[in-house]
Amino acid sequence: MDAVLIAEAAVNGILLGGVLALLALGLNLIFGVVDIVWIAYVDLVMVGMYAVYWLVTAYGWPLPLAAVAAVALVAVLGLLVHLLIISPILASPPVNQLLATGGLLFFLQAFATFLWTTDHRSLRLALPVVEVFGMYLSFARLLAFTFAILGMLGLYFFLTRTYIGTAIRAVSQDREAIALMGADMRRVYLVTSAIGGGMAGLAGVLLIIQYSVHPHFGATFGPITFIIVVMGGLGNMFGAVVASLVMSEVISIGGILASTEMAYVVAFVIFIVSIFVRPEGILGRRE
Amino acid sequence: MKRALPLVGLHVLVALPWLPLGPARLYILHVVILILIWSVVGTAWSLMGRFGLVSLGHGAFLGVGAYTTVLLWNFWGVPPWIGTPLAVAAACFLALVLGYPCFRFRVVGHYFALVTLALGEVIRLLIIAERDWTGGSLGVTLKDAGAGAVNLVALQFADRRVFYFIALGVWLAGLLVWRWVDRSMTRSALEAIGEDETAAASVGIPVTRFKLKITLLSATLTAVGGVLYGQYVTYLDPGTLAGIGVSLRIVFAVVLGGMYTLLGPTVGTALTIALAEYLRVAFGVRFLGMAETIYGLALILIIIFLPAGLYGGLRELWRARPRPLAAATPPVRPA
Repeated sequence: MDAVLIAEAAVNGILLGGVLALLALGLNLIFGVVDIVWIAYVDLVMVGMYAVYWLVTAYGWPLPLAAVAAVALVAVLGLLVHLLIISPILASPPVNQLLATGGLLFFLQAFATFLWTTDHRSLRLALPVVEVFGMYLSFARLLAFTFAILGMLGLYFFLTRTYIGTAIRAVSQDREAIALMGADMRRVYLVTSAIGGGMAGLAGVLLIIQYSVHPHFGATFGPITFIIVVMGGLGNMFGAVVASLVMSEVISIGGILASTEMAYVVAFVIFIVSIFVRPEGILGRRE
Repeated sequence: MKRALPLVGLHVLVALPWLPLGPARLYILHVVILILIWSVVGTAWSLMGRFGLVSLGHGAFLGVGAYTTVLLWNFWGVPPWIGTPLAVAAACFLALVLGYPCFRFRVVGHYFALVTLALGEVIRLLIIAERDWTGGSLGVTLKDAGAGAVNLVALQFADRRVFYFIALGVWLAGLLVWRWVDRSMTRSALEAIGEDETAAASVGIPVTRFKLKITLLSATLTAVGGVLYGQYVTYLDPGTLAGIGVSLRIVFAVVLGGMYTLLGPTVGTALTIALAEYLRVAFGVRFLGMAETIYGLALILIIIFLPAGLYGGLRELWRARPRPLAAATPPVRPA
């Protein structure tokens, strides 16, 4: 196998890792704060992708404007998911919580199929390919990576520099204690859900410039996102980024050495083993 | 009186293929067979689910069961009589490899669900990756055994009624297993473990062993359900048999019916399959995706408004019915 090809896959892995990390951070935030696994999280990404696609192709919006609109739309969607589905079942057993968001997964996938059929739709952007040291890198991916980093920095500063951000981090550390301190839990949950949704929307924007969208898009990236969150460790942002990079390298390099499916199989097996060895996440601290 | 109802029910079920059900007779029989097969799987899931072992990877055991027998038959002509024990062994091996470290290292709750979800994905992706054998995402068809309408060696029957009785038999066996667990020490032990693992271990309950036992039992029954599905439907594809989708469907049916009663999983399965079939027939090919859309909505609404499942919900309604004397006192609602 050509060394340049492997190097290209490795760089592509890092670029994919950026977007995966963005997704993982959004889900990590919700999982860590609200303590519910949104099985349908990546299906919200799919909605964001469709939003950009239709705004650009059918309504002729410029891409940046469509991108902002899509982020806002999915943020509102995140808010609605919490208000309509999650808040009535906050006290239910975990199985029920899983199933409710599982129902949302069926609903989003099927409704997208109903509205837009199962066709794969792509923006067909004419973005250049950059040649670096004999590797051919897509400009769209570089762009997506850059914006993913910006998104993550934005989240970091929001969580560390604002009042509500501090409250959110406090909740993810000790739910009971912060409730006793008089924090408005409902508001914390709502803001968290909206931000989680917004990050899914941003990821959707960054994915639609590189991939085509179809109703079952969430099925490709969904499971890998969950395992990255758990591998990175709950509430551990740095861990989530590291886990994303590890997994995207496995997928990217494994994809050219064997096949995409086998690469994912390896990624899932690594996850299962890592849970046995370090259940608190690869960078987590033992309590 | 208490014994009479199940007996009558059983007689109706045995006589079902000969009941005058009109022109849709064969279709009804088909749906009932599907319900029986999926009820076996649901009952198997509830064996674990009722003790707090929420698995999202039962698609893996189902897929292994179905694919093992079908591929053995297609490639080497191994009859399902030998294929089924092998399929069960494969599923048990899988359950052991995943379950032992899971229970040993105390992977519980969300984490257990996600580990099993990963297992389901691994099996789905392996089926797709090994497309030379399994047909990949296009699926695989069970080779016709030929040689007459009834082929006992290949367990293929042109007459649906034969399958009906096989499915009925397996379903009853599944219920017996459930009841056996329900009345055994295993149940008390697992309930204690589900409440507080550390406390259970401290009074001398071998936590890992009991959890493994129930997982193996559940995997076995699920694999048998997969074998039945393969033999009856004769077409397998990774989307229907492995992965998140099918695992969620199994869990939904069980929660809908209630996992703490003998017939709960069966009732839930019957309702979800009836709903899915009704929507499929009502919409046909006209509105692609509409049936699933309504299914998803129904799922969300049921979980929100009937959190205890249909059976549990009805029982609560029954209990909350206005009684002659206490009816005047309004129920106290926490703010």
